[in-house]
Amino acid sequence: MINTLIEYLRFPFVRYAIIVGVLIALCSALLGVTLVLKRFSFIGDGLSHVAFGAMAIAGVLNISNEMLLVLPVTVVSAVLLLKTGNNTRIKGDAAIAMISVGALAFGYLLMNIFSTSSNLSGDVCSTLFGSTSILTLTTREVVLCAVLSIASIIIFILFYNRIFAVTFDESFAKAAGLNTEGINLLIAVIIAVIIVLAMNLVGSLLISALVIFPALSAMRIFKSFKKVTISSAVLSVVCALSGILVSILAGTPTGSTIVAADVVCFALCCAAGVLRGKI
Amino acid sequence: MALISVEGLATGYESRLLKDDISFTVEEGSYLCIVGENGSGKTTLMKTLLNLIEPVSGQIRMNGLTHKEIGYLPQQTDVQRDFPASVKEIVLSGCQGRCGMRPFYSRAEKKLAADNMERMGITELKDKCYRELSGGQQQRVLLARALCAAKKVLLLDEPVTGLDPRAAMEMYEVISGLNREGMTIIMISHDIEAALKYATHILHMGSNIFFGTREEYVNSDTGRFFLREGGVQA
Repeated sequence: MINTLIEYLRFPFVRYAIIVGVLIALCSALLGVTLVLKRFSFIGDGLSHVAFGAMAIAGVLNISNEMLLVLPVTVVSAVLLLKTGNNTRIKGDAAIAMISVGALAFGYLLMNIFSTSSNLSGDVCSTLFGSTSILTLTTREVVLCAVLSIASIIIFILFYNRIFAVTFDESFAKAAGLNTEGINLLIAVIIAVIIVLAMNLVGSLLISALVIFPALSAMRIFKSFKKVTISSAVLSVVCALSGILVSILAGTPTGSTIVAADVVCFALCCAAGVLRGKI
Repeated sequence: MALISVEGLATGYESRLLKDDISFTVEEGSYLCIVGENGSGKTTLMKTLLNLIEPVSGQIRMNGLTHKEIGYLPQQTDVQRDFPASVKEIVLSGCQGRCGMRPFYSRAEKKLAADNMERMGITELKDKCYRELSGGQQQRVLLARALCAAKKVLLLDEPVTGLDPRAAMEMYEVISGLNREGMTIIMISHDIEAALKYATHILHMGSNIFFGTREEYVNSDTGRFFLREGGVQA
């Protein structure tokens, strides 16, 4: 088995998949802690559907580099969604649900009406579940992905203390003179970027898993914000790595294998948390 | 001259008027209690003082004090009740206002946080998880955090809500101790008895607004009516 693995690792596309997978898993786990605690677990889901809709439009318009359309549209939706969180007329969760299914419906509708490919359901399926796209990344996509995720990680580290303050108590942070709107905007932009990147990895239906599972697993065991953040990043990377390797060896779809690894990891952490509570 | 003076202030959300013609002054070292029925605009007033929401009209003048230098103890939110954070992390986040553009805390700020934990008697809890503390301990943590931000003034929004009588009593003593050390206190309270016991000044929010010293309040019509309603002997 080790030999087959080494054999596979000779191919550049496998190495690309691993690099991209690890970076995206790392970023999504870092932001995931904040989103889960701010009660925004579903934002990943909503935004990924928006990205799906945007991708359908890009396909219809025959835009060669989809990112140019998908990224700005998703960023704008993220900003709008986090803003409506404070709005009283439409609550945050309802707004997310609305945008999410709306974008999904329009995306599929457009793909159907202006179908350019002979295998429509195959296209839809791979956008939704990211079946093999991670293994067909071009060098340019890998570089873009690496740059954006490393930038997100650096920004997260620099703003770590402020993100903590805003997550724990927004009104106190604002009273202390922190630009809370600015920080929320930053969180929204980073999460949108990560979600667009993660579509390659797990597809748009499974992104929420990448965002929330590592954070929830880490919270079962650890008790300080720093430990939760670090361990959720570590768990996420381990799960992504093992998911990718298993999927290569066993020929399973990459995205769902990673998510399955996350679920198993969550179950183990729950058990560990319970055991720890008893001791 | 007064530390904070408020003149003809009208508060509300997005220019929807909630309460108008609020006037009072806060002297340095005094202890002001804001009392009144639910929905009378006490918390809105406090948020306006902190510049969290814009005043609809009127003036708030601060003498040698900026908004950032007011320590704030908000009411607890649902998010906080099961938040995975250590006591140390939370207290340290009170120094955020001092950081400016600097991304990390300085040694002086860490020292300040440690001193304030000592002051609140929670040093031995510093690595404990916030959600595992008792209500009284949680309030002490939030108070230590507020002290990290406060130079002269503490604003407390119902600091004893949800505490058992003994923890509430202890909380009042802690706050009163801070006041004796020279900290100016502004507190929203439902507990009129405690307000009369500790406060030097009372601001009553209701259909008519009363502001004055404790003694003036007890002898005023508003005060007498409210005290009778609450069944308190003054």
